[in-house]
Amino acid sequence: MLIALLFPFLAAALLALPVREKRDLIVRLSALVPLGLLSFFIYNSQQTPTMQRNAWLRDMPVSLDLYFDGLSFLFILLITGIGTAIFVYAGAYMKGHAYSQRLMAFLMLFMGAMLGVVLSDNLIALFVFWELTSISSFFLIGFNNENEASRKSALTALAVTGSGGLVMLIGFIGLGEVAGTYSIQEIIAQRDAVVNHTAYGWITGLILFGAITKSAQFPFHFWLPGAMKAPTPVSAYLHSATMVKAGIYLIARLTPALGDTPFWNQTLLVLGGVTMLYAAFQSLFHKDMKSILAYSTVSALGILVFLLGIGTSASILAASVFILVHGLYKATLFLVTGIVDHETGSRDVSQLSGLRKVMLPVAIAGLLAAISNAGIPPSFGFIGKDLIYEATELKGHLLTALAVLTNIFLLVAGFLAGWKPFAGPLQPEHQKVHLPEMAMWLPPLLLASLGILFGLFPQLIEKTIVAPVFQSISGTAFTGHLALWHGFNFVLLLSSITIVGGLVLYFIIKPSTALNSFIVKSEKFGPKVILTGIANGFDLFARLYTKFFQNGYLRYYIIFIMLTLIGLLGFEMWHYTTLETNNRLATEVTFYEGVTIFILLVSVVIIVFSQSRLASVAALGVMGLAICIVFVFYSAPDLAMTQFTIDTLTVILFVLVLYKLPKFIPLRFTPHHIRDAVIALGFGALISILTLEVLTKNVNREISEFYAANSYVLAKGKNVVNVILVDFRGADTIVEIAVLSIAAIGVFSLLKLRLPKKERIE
Amino acid sequence: MRTLILQTASKYLLPLLLLFSIFILLRGHYLPGGGFVGGLIASIAFILHAFANGLPQTRNLMRIHPGFLMPVGLGLSFLSGLFPMFLNRPFMTGIWFAEKVAVIGSIGTALFFDIGVYLVVIGASLTIIFTISESN
Repeated sequence: MLIALLFPFLAAALLALPVREKRDLIVRLSALVPLGLLSFFIYNSQQTPTMQRNAWLRDMPVSLDLYFDGLSFLFILLITGIGTAIFVYAGAYMKGHAYSQRLMAFLMLFMGAMLGVVLSDNLIALFVFWELTSISSFFLIGFNNENEASRKSALTALAVTGSGGLVMLIGFIGLGEVAGTYSIQEIIAQRDAVVNHTAYGWITGLILFGAITKSAQFPFHFWLPGAMKAPTPVSAYLHSATMVKAGIYLIARLTPALGDTPFWNQTLLVLGGVTMLYAAFQSLFHKDMKSILAYSTVSALGILVFLLGIGTSASILAASVFILVHGLYKATLFLVTGIVDHETGSRDVSQLSGLRKVMLPVAIAGLLAAISNAGIPPSFGFIGKDLIYEATELKGHLLTALAVLTNIFLLVAGFLAGWKPFAGPLQPEHQKVHLPEMAMWLPPLLLASLGILFGLFPQLIEKTIVAPVFQSISGTAFTGHLALWHGFNFVLLLSSITIVGGLVLYFIIKPSTALNSFIVKSEKFGPKVILTGIANGFDLFARLYTKFFQNGYLRYYIIFIMLTLIGLLGFEMWHYTTLETNNRLATEVTFYEGVTIFILLVSVVIIVFSQSRLASVAALGVMGLAICIVFVFYSAPDLAMTQFTIDTLTVILFVLVLYKLPKFIPLRFTPHHIRDAVIALGFGALISILTLEVLTKNVNREISEFYAANSYVLAKGKNVVNVILVDFRGADTIVEIAVLSIAAIGVFSLLKLRLPKKERIE
Repeated sequence: MRTLILQTASKYLLPLLLLFSIFILLRGHYLPGGGFVGGLIASIAFILHAFANGLPQTRNLMRIHPGFLMPVGLGLSFLSGLFPMFLNRPFMTGIWFAEKVAVIGSIGTALFFDIGVYLVVIGASLTIIFTISESN
């Protein structure tokens, strides 16, 4: 199973390799990967649930343990099954595109990451794959990277799902620490301990935050309509059938561990309820087919969250079925949209009509999907809708009314996107539109037909898919039966109301620019604006902060560093300094020491008061050399040698730079000088006190004694300084010389790189 | 500073100083010295030559851009740290030849590591100084 999981990653790497010829063929052949995985997992689905243990980081609670059960199987079916359809379709959709390989490589990467999410038993591994889906989604949304809107949408999606993921990680760590294990199955085994823990509320809240950002729940739904900037196969795959369902998967997966508490149920109920109604209502006002579908997807995700929030076995059954129902019809609708867009160049439902006359198979696929979406018998959607009403009916009339209203709106959205472009008279400018090749229209037609097939013969999936999923989420065996016909009852009445009401509304609503602009205006007060406002504010703060501290003036950098040091050191010393000196170590000042100190003092005076830059620099050199001599006095020859050479180079550097500056320092005396003098004196005084202070303290010599004792024994060297540099702390040295090289490259590129004028950033 | 005396002197000083820098590099394991100081001395030698004869002359003499010494040195240091891993020891374990070589003493990975440091220091300091002195 691990090999199957890693296979897409390998395929993604291979797909990314540049080839000159046969690119289209390679892209088309890539569809064999999801197909192979689909057959592999179907073949192995007999032995669920299975746990495969794979070590990853041995010293940490991170493993690649894979858990394959009914819930994973359902999602794998979506990922690889719909995946196969998408890959075949995308191969044709992207034919001749210069970067088709790139798209397929990212799709492949995404598929692998998604498989990882639904198979991982370890929370940390799940998080890693989770983030990987966000990242591949970022690249796929921003695929048309020359389009600014596309880049912006990609960034928004990454920011929302990525920050949600990080918050979720905190929740995961909390959960892992509370339960004492990071294995989901083991956490489920000790549910009582987790649910009764004081941190339960926090943990659940953090994890749900991750799930609802990923699954585009209100108020974080806005990234999903934006994500529609991606090529249509991507929208169909990531942003309707699979990735956005990762949040649903997580909620379902953790239901046995965290669910069935008032907090869990109410949170999900409210979030899901608001999202499904709000988004379904929004979807009525759009005229771009993809926008309609995006909002109806958000709404469908809301329904799923809502159902999981109800938390009864009827609602879990409804959710299990609806995941599959929605995956089938929504992917179809997206693919149909893609074909319409590809062939006519437009996705505007207020303009398109009559296309059935030129692309009949596509029209059939669209109609079948719309029927399944509407829940018209005998489609699979009818069974799904029935189950939803059965679940809400037990919970009172308010929830039922919400569900009915949502479904009426969704029905309209489905017909707007799936049927409206094909109905009515054909527009004259679309006379020459023709049916695309089979690889494009067959996948949606197949998916749509499945939606009818499963409705006619629900026993096909009852024992193989629905029952195991139900078992995974609820922990109890599935005893009922799926069937189209339940006799005349209240649920049937609700279904009829939905269908009739929806169809009436469909004929009333005429998508138009006016309607569209109305909803765009209302968006001004939506959560998107608030959240982007926060993001922009943060950006502004970062810019001001950087401008203040990274202002590009060396003198301010030095001032900041010194002031910080003075502040920190001064604060610390204020509390601990005794201002005693230790005279025990003091020896008499010899003549040559006196001379050296004198030279030092004189050079300092020259540096500060000289009018010529060159003289200042020379005096600086003299001071350096005098310090070298001090080092020699106190038996630090290594230090002295290094200081000596460094000082020489520094003076040379100074001279090279000063050569380009005015020869004389401005004579004018300014307040800046006073400021600098105060800071310099303060800093000097502080360091002097510190140095004197060190002498009065007992220094821990353990480390230096270790080096002195072991440098020859362990490292065969007698020069301790050098042994520390090349052996004991050699890894530090490697990093240091790397930094040195980076600095050199920095200087080189700053001075040598002359951009043409138009590329310069002012 | 094109003076005849300095020009003549630099011709003899360059090889002498380079030799001295290598001496400092090699003795580092036992006595004051090492790759860092050695590298600085070597770069000072080249800078002195450049002062006396002009930068183009020094560049001609060096044949390669000093920048190339940086990756070479970094690679050498890193490989000498990596080498013990082929012998199933941890990264950066010191490996030594059993026999001592005349003049140099024991030869081991630490020596190659230090040579790497030496090359990086020459490369980096010369790159910085040459670049600055060439820019206007």
